[in-house]
Amino acid sequence: MGARTLYDKLWDSHVVRENDDGTSLLYIDRQLIHEVTSPQAFEGLRIANRTPWNLSANLATPDHNVPTNNREQGIIDPIARLQVETLNNNCDYYHITEFKMDDIRQGIVHVISPEQGATLPGMTLVCGDSHTSTHGAFGTLAFGIGTSEVEHVLVTQCLIQKKSKNMLVQVNGQLNPGVTAKDIILAIIGEIGTAGGTGYAIEFAGDTIRSFSMEGRMTISNMAIEAGARAGMIAVDTTTIDYVKNRPYSPKAEHWEQAVEYWTGFHSDADAHFDKVISLDAKDIKPQVTWGTSPEMTMAIDEVIPDPADESDPVKQAGMEAALNYMGLTAGTPINEVAVDVVFIGSCTNSRIEDMRAAADVAKGNKVAANVKQALVVPGSGLIKQQAEQEGLDKIFIDAGFEWREPGCSMCLAMNADRLEPQQRCASTSNRNFEGRQGQGGRTHLVSPEMAAAAAIKKGILSILIN
Amino acid sequence: MEKFTKITAIALPLDRANVDTDAIIPKQFLKSIKRSGFGPNLFDEWRYLDQGEPGMDNSKRPVNTDFVLNQPRYAGAEILLARDNFGCGSSREHAPWALEDFGIRVIIAPGFADIFYNNCFKNGLLPIILPEETVEHLFNVVEANEGFQLTVDLEQQKIISVQSSAVDINIDFELDKFRRQCLLEGLDEIGLTLEHADEIRQYEARKKDITPWLFQD
Ligand code: SF4
Repeated sequence: MGARTLYDKLWDSHVVRENDDGTSLLYIDRQLIHEVTSPQAFEGLRIANRTPWNLSANLATPDHNVPTNNREQGIIDPIARLQVETLNNNCDYYHITEFKMDDIRQGIVHVISPEQGATLPGMTLVCGDSHTSTHGAFGTLAFGIGTSEVEHVLVTQCLIQKKSKNMLVQVNGQLNPGVTAKDIILAIIGEIGTAGGTGYAIEFAGDTIRSFSMEGRMTISNMAIEAGARAGMIAVDTTTIDYVKNRPYSPKAEHWEQAVEYWTGFHSDADAHFDKVISLDAKDIKPQVTWGTSPEMTMAIDEVIPDPADESDPVKQAGMEAALNYMGLTAGTPINEVAVDVVFIGSCTNSRIEDMRAAADVAKGNKVAANVKQALVVPGSGLIKQQAEQEGLDKIFIDAGFEWREPGCSMCLAMNADRLEPQQRCASTSNRNFEGRQGQGGRTHLVSPEMAAAAAIKKGILSILIN
Repeated sequence: MEKFTKITAIALPLDRANVDTDAIIPKQFLKSIKRSGFGPNLFDEWRYLDQGEPGMDNSKRPVNTDFVLNQPRYAGAEILLARDNFGCGSSREHAPWALEDFGIRVIIAPGFADIFYNNCFKNGLLPIILPEETVEHLFNVVEANEGFQLTVDLEQQKIISVQSSAVDINIDFELDKFRRQCLLEGLDEIGLTLEHADEIRQYEARKKDITPWLFQD
């Protein structure tokens, strides 16, 4: 076999059979399940009188709809409650492991699976959620699927797939001050556009990418989907292997050596062919903030809001005008003079322990400004919450005037009570600034945890680190 | 799954790029545990002037008459004309469910987001990718000619205007063989895969030697 990319290797090792037209049956090692995209899949199973293929391949938790405060009252919204209860009932009925709302291991699917070691290198992993790309950070082929496919995987442990093309996104060089993994991925999306990765599986490489911890790498892979790529992978190295060691689902002692040897092969060969290659220099990347209603509408913190008049493509120009209109912004305004009403630190992009620490560092000894109406910190899992509390981060946030919440998706998509009011402006560490994403009429600026925390204490002004 | 062979219908032009699945069906409607009933809330935030919540009587809500879907000339449309990167964002299959429930069977665009594209086929919806200029031409023709109807024929892989139309349309489109067959015959993909259950078991048996840790518990 010739030189292969990381994606080629992951693909080849999971093909059960291939048809003449390239349509393949791909074996899926792990499926993550949450309450929003699974009820109709389980219903389909029951209607067709089918049973799950391999129960232990599945791991479930409620995250999208769960309340992030007053949990002792249960879920007040009856429709949301029914959805979570439906997940509980389905998992109980089929004997699928579920971390329920009162379990310390509960949290956002994409946070808990790596935390448990349920995400491992060399695997295929799917979930009825587009940010499944997150797990690609482990040298894993991970992608989001629809509910029909959730059912397909439950019943057959396989998916019918066609192979994507290979794209390499390289970032090399030293990070500028204040630049985080979030800024790097926003800059990449700004460069290739929200459809730039459509039809591709992306591999992120280069020494800047490799310098990040697993937390940072997950932030990057998480947003591959915002560039249109279902999967965004990073090669396995010692950072990966050190992270997965000794986690509940990781290989036990008798298999550890064999596993490490197997995983170490999951990187692209030196002369592997990529259909598209993008290279960025870290020294050109400054802290990023989005100004519009698509993640590609991103800019450096020291720039002014772009002018649609400078755009030659009429469809793009109309998109920019609609975005500025929705966001209530004027071209030419320096973005670091724009003030937000709400700050949200959380989501599967930035709710891990490092994100909590980074935000707490900025918040420490400061106060949330009086004009900032709400500043929420929502850890990604119960275990992260516990860890943060052991480190005293909760106290730092609470003393500064932030709200310290229970784990879940929260204001990332505002399915629970945490949401923006119409026209409220938010500095958010999440991944989507679409119209209405954080609440109808709400205006989202995507930023790093550092920038979100800084905005909270600097009168809401979008800016990089204080001092 | 519902079969798709051929339809003739009005096309609804939605002139926006990067329409995401949050816009197609907003999150508050995702709390439903059913597959049907999403049609009245398709494009909810653009379609109505108030804030939509599950359980509302949609027939009593104030509508945004500027939004193309509310314009009487496009009533009964079964074809949606869209711009690039349609269906980006969240993987929610509720988006094709909402489109299908509303009555849309075909979406024509220069490009689709991968997950959405895939989800369409599971629900008897046909997404067609055409070159940017061709889509632009269709937008112009549809907007200029009230009541303009198109025939989409999956068997022939053709989009054609009905006889005596003001403008003649005759476009070929590509689709991979497997997907075409599934749609034409309304095949159950899970059933198809289960026909290969033995091969899946053989694959697993091989895998148990290579990655035994994935089978420990
Ligand atoms: S945190 Fe946001 S993006 Fe992540 S899974 Fe939850 S809703 Fe989706």
